[in-house]
Formats: sequence, C-alpha cells, structure tokens
Amino acid sequence: MTDHPSGKLKIFLGFAAGVGKTYQMLEEAQQLKQRGIDVVVGYFEPHGRKDTIAMIEGLEVIPRRKAEYRGATFEEMDTEAILVRHPAVCIVDEFPHTNVPGSKWNKRWEDVLAMLAAGIDVYTTMNIQHLESLNDQVAQISGVRVRETIPDWVMEQASEVVMVDLTPRALLNRLDRGVVYSPEKAKLAINNFFRESTLAALREMALRQTAHEVGARHGDSESERNSPQGIPPNRSDEKLMVVVSQDPASVALIRRAKRVADFICADCMAVAVMKPGEKNPQVRAKIEKHLNFARNLHVDARILESPETAEALVQLARANNITQIYMLWPKRSPWLPLFIRNDLQKVVRLARDMQVTIVDDRRYLQEQDRQKEAAPTRPPA
Amino acid sequence: MKTSQEPKRPDPEALLRQVQAAEEYESRGRLKIFLGYASGVGKSHKMLDEGRRRHDRGQDVVVGAIQPKIDREIAHLLQKLEIIPLQEINGYQVMDMQTILRRHPAACLVDGLAYDNPPGSAHAYRWQDAEQLLSNGISVITTINLGYIAELQDDVEKVTGRRVSQTVPVEFIRGADEIEVVDAPASACIMREGATEEDIAARRHQFAALREIALVLAADVVDRQLERYLERSGVRQVFGTQERVMVCLTPRANGVRMIEVARRIKESFHGELFAGYVDNQKLGEDDRKSLETNLELARKAGARIEVLTGSDPMDAILEYAKQKGITQLFVGHSMRDGWKARLFGSPLDRLLRKRQGLDVRVFPH
Repeated sequence: MTDHPSGKLKIFLGFAAGVGKTYQMLEEAQQLKQRGIDVVVGYFEPHGRKDTIAMIEGLEVIPRRKAEYRGATFEEMDTEAILVRHPAVCIVDEFPHTNVPGSKWNKRWEDVLAMLAAGIDVYTTMNIQHLESLNDQVAQISGVRVRETIPDWVMEQASEVVMVDLTPRALLNRLDRGVVYSPEKAKLAINNFFRESTLAALREMALRQTAHEVGARHGDSESERNSPQGIPPNRSDEKLMVVVSQDPASVALIRRAKRVADFICADCMAVAVMKPGEKNPQVRAKIEKHLNFARNLHVDARILESPETAEALVQLARANNITQIYMLWPKRSPWLPLFIRNDLQKVVRLARDMQVTIVDDRRYLQEQDRQKEAAPTRPPA
Repeated sequence: MKTSQEPKRPDPEALLRQVQAAEEYESRGRLKIFLGYASGVGKSHKMLDEGRRRHDRGQDVVVGAIQPKIDREIAHLLQKLEIIPLQEINGYQVMDMQTILRRHPAACLVDGLAYDNPPGSAHAYRWQDAEQLLSNGISVITTINLGYIAELQDDVEKVTGRRVSQTVPVEFIRGADEIEVVDAPASACIMREGATEEDIAARRHQFAALREIALVLAADVVDRQLERYLERSGVRQVFGTQERVMVCLTPRANGVRMIEVARRIKESFHGELFAGYVDNQKLGEDDRKSLETNLELARKAGARIEVLTGSDPMDAILEYAKQKGITQLFVGHSMRDGWKARLFGSPLDRLLRKRQGLDVRVFPH
C-alpha cells in the first residue's frame, strides 16, 4: 500500500459475540509477551466475562481517553498515546467500532490504519456481519441492518485472518449458561443474531470468507490449482462498471458488484448519468451520496451529463474497456407502453460485446426488515 | 413482487417431506466430526475431550475406536471413559459392533474413521459401522484428516504430493450435524532441527492451502445443516450464503463463454455450478449437436446438469433456480427481436420482471 514501514494487521474473525475472539487474541498476546515481544493492550472490552478478564493479567494496558459529547462522558482508545508509546504489537478489540463525534479518527479501523502506518503491528477482532460487502446478505438472513461496517479493502490490508470458530450449538450453550451476556440480555440477543439458523448461516459465511482470505494470501486457490498450465488467475481481464442512480437500491448494487469484482480480481468503476441541468437538487444529492458510498469502498466514481442515458453509459464503457455492466431493474411507470424500452433494455441492445448483470434488490426477501440498529459488538442494553 | 410475501397454501408433498425429515432427524444419532488437515495437531485429543465433557454432563459415552499409538495426555483422558476394545481380526483393528449396539450408549467415540475392515466383514469400511450406529440412534463423535476424504484426494495430493489408500466418501462428511476444523498451530510449521527459512515458508504455504480446502468443506457441511434445518422447520428461504451459478443453455447461446465465466465465478467464490436447458423436441440436427457440445463443456466444468420441462421455459428456469437457491443466473440473449417481442416484451424481459432474489447476467449473442 505504502512504501514507508508499515505494521502487520492480524484479524480474529468470528460470527457472533461469545465465540471467543477476544480470548484467543489475548492468549496470543500473552504468548508474544512470553517471547519477549513488546505488546500492549490499546483497547479491550471485558463484557464482564471472567475467563477473558483473567487473560489480560500481566499485560500492559494503555489507559483510555475520556471524551465529552453532549454532556456525557465516553471512553475511547487513546491512539495518540499508543503512537507515542510505540509498542511492537498493539491489541485492539472491536475493530468496527465508531468513535464518539469529535474524535481525531471517526472509525476505530482508521485509528488502526494510523498505527499500522507508524509501523506498529495490530491484532484486532471483528465479526463477519460487519464486513461491508456482506451487509445486505446479513440483513436478509438476520433481519438486522448492521451500521458499523469494515470496508473490504481494509480487511484486505490484513496479513493474516484467522477464524475463531465454535459450533452454533456450543455457542447457544454458552449463552444459556450466561457466559456471553448476563441472562436478561441473553434473552434479547436470542431474538436477532442468536437463532440457530442465523448463527449457522453467519458461520458459513465466516468460514467461506476465511477460506477466501487464506487463498488470496497464499495464492494457492482452487482456481489456480485447476487452471490449465497453472496460469495464476490473479490478473483478471475483466472490468466492471456499476450504474448508480437515485434509487436507494444503488447501495446494495455497489456492494454486490464490488464483491464480485474483488473475488475475480477485477477493477470496478461506478457511474451515474444525469440529464443536463438536472434541476431537482434532491436527485443530485441522492446520486452524490451513492457515488460517495462507492468511493468509500475504493470504487472510482463519476457523473455523466447526457440526455441519452443508455448511449452515454455504453460509450463510456467502451472507452474504459468494460467487460461487464451492473445495473438495477429500472423502476418504470406502469402506464408506459411496453414497447418503449427502458434504459436497461437499451443498454443490453447497445452493449453487444459486454455482459450485463441485473442485480436484484433483495430487500423484499427479508422476513422483516426491522431496520434495527444492531450493535453486536456491544451487549444489547 | 408481492407474491413472495403472500402466505401460500401448504403443499401436501412439502409438508410430508417436512414431517419425514423431522422424524428421521429425531430417530437418528448426531454425527460430530473433528476435521484436521495435518497429522499430530490433536484431533483425537479434541474428540476425547468432548467425550469427557459430555460424560461429566451425565451423557452415556463410550469409546468405540482409538488409534493404536497414544500419548500420555490421551491415555489420561481415556482413563475416565468406558472403552469397548477394538477386536483384532487378521491384523485389522475392527470396532466391536455387536457389543456397542447391545450396550447402546448415547454417544460413541470413533477415532480413525477411514480405517478399512477386513474382507468378509459386514461392512467393508469403518465409516459404514459409524453409519450403522447413527441409524440406530447412537451419536458418533469422530475424527478425520482431509487427505482421507475420497473426493478431495486430488486437491490434497496437489498440495502435499502424497496420497493414502483408505478413504471416506465426502457425502458422509457432508451429512454431519456438527463439524469443527482443528487448526494446525503455528508451531507445527517448524518441522525439525535445522529446518531452513525456505522449508518453513513452504510448510506454511502448504498448511494455508490445506486450511483453505478444510474451511470450504466445513462451510459446505454447515450449508447442508442449514438446508436440513430449514426443511425441518418448513422454511423456504434462500439465504444465499453460498454462490450458486446457473447457466441456461440454448443451442444458439454462447455456451463456451457462459460456461467459462461461470466456472471462474464458481471457483473464486468456492460456489456451485448448475447448467440447465429446457427440453425442446423441435430442435433441428445442428441445434441439437451444439447443445450437446455445450452440455459436455458444462459437465467438464463440474456443473450439475438439469433437463427442465414446462410449457413456459422461463417459468421452468425460475422455479428450478428458486428451488436450488441459485444466486446468479446466466442467460444468452439474441439481439434480433421479432415484432412480437417488440410489442409484448421478449422472454428475457419476462424473466427479468419475474426474477426473485437472484442476479441475472445477460450474454449477448
């Protein structure tokens, strides 16, 4: 990523609270300390779990900083103190955490990137449901829309991803015994993430993601083993273009396309077409919001102004050697006669040399979209 | 889009399947597998530890098979458990099935699942003994190394350069109720005194490749569990946890390209590949031939082939896709629409309107 000395990132990936991520991370920290490596705890969330608290014994802990916000006091990781202390390895619990407003970095993963840039190795924990590109699937499976996410490119920075695994049954047993949350909190937790089917689905996603991370880091993936003449499939000749609009489903579309692009090692760009002199500021604002979302996922994004949407899109695609276009099914007025083609149909006709993927807006498949703020990194209050 | 939300009248066939699945589940023992990818990482230890914990919780646990070579730690764990000794027949170590079945414990520990039984035994393989225990309502806790799974042998051999003769079919593993991957600790990479940096790096690389295969297998097992769980509870929800690509083949479609792209998606996502075509008696000689060629290609790419029937091809495809939990559907599309398609919409338009929960990729031809 950069040419100055950079620390190594190790992620302990789980699929629910209570599988033992923090415990395993601290266990490894203890082993590092025994080997004489300078390790400190930058942030640690005890959740009142005795085994885990015992694991921190003897490790140096950097005191949290206090931050005032709207009359309340919050405790955050003191990244600046850590940078000054400059250990070899820093332990940071709850990677997807959002800092209190007014902090130097908005997201804890940004704190971590600052430490890495300073040459500090970081060990951190997260659950699969916080990975950005899986956000829609997680919502579909659990009915919970997770707000605190880790962009996939941040996870890519990790030099190692280990999965902290436990069978769902064993996890539910732990929950029953009150190891994970206190009993009344446990009852609440069972309602969203802690159904057995949800846990199994999340565990499967975590296993697959870890397999992907392991394969990507060791370049010995299934496709490489199977490819003729052993040609590494790393360099892809594919290039994706995502067509963004004011439709809120654009967000899911971008996530989906970016995930596919990442898995096949292809570049991905996003584009929106606006009518020249679009007067409605709301349309412009929505499109800008979606394009910024794409940029945050490291997708190059731009606006085209043209009265002919399909023509402009295909022209841009040709100029950029695009091989695949990702679109939504356009919402059209029901009174339009059938023979008037919508933009999608026009693009399919014009882009004869490209594949066009129509991504389904899977939101309506959810049992119930409770749109709840999910904070599985914290026990429900 | 509303249709997916409307409660449908329960299909009697589906209800029956649900009841049967639930009944079978109730009467069968549970299979738990500790899956390892390197030897000596402590699979047996994990299995015995699980047995001891269950024993302490009051479950009736016996040891049905244990590897001949045991270390002190394992010997210590074994002390607390009831052992039904292996029988030695013509130099083979065989589980004493008669005694175990008569004793009928709640759970039986079976180490070394890939062992062969001697010729003339009721079961040729130990995993078949385990299967019999399960069908008799005895839960089985067992261990296996990745290299001993028949269908994965090629993949493992490519990494390790070694191949064993005794194997267990992957279907048996996939039927497990619980699976745990036993990871090789970092220290396992340091093989012996004097190992060079390169040796260690190569070893690490090898472990990573094996770990990837093991994780994908574990994910497949969990996927099956999920499927069965949903079936028992009568839920027909597609979770989309695994990418499943389906290629719709027609004589005119650019099958070569579609299959190649689908294969790459399947492999990079560790997903599954399906190929379907709608049976059409009216095909001419040339069209039939080109369809045959494409089907052969799909088969070679590891696709499951399905011949679909139905008065409306698009409905047949969508119904199948829904049933199999397809996440990406690949269809060919001709640029030469007739006047009918222009007026009433092409079959593709109808497919796109009716698609639910899947992405449709259009390949022009």
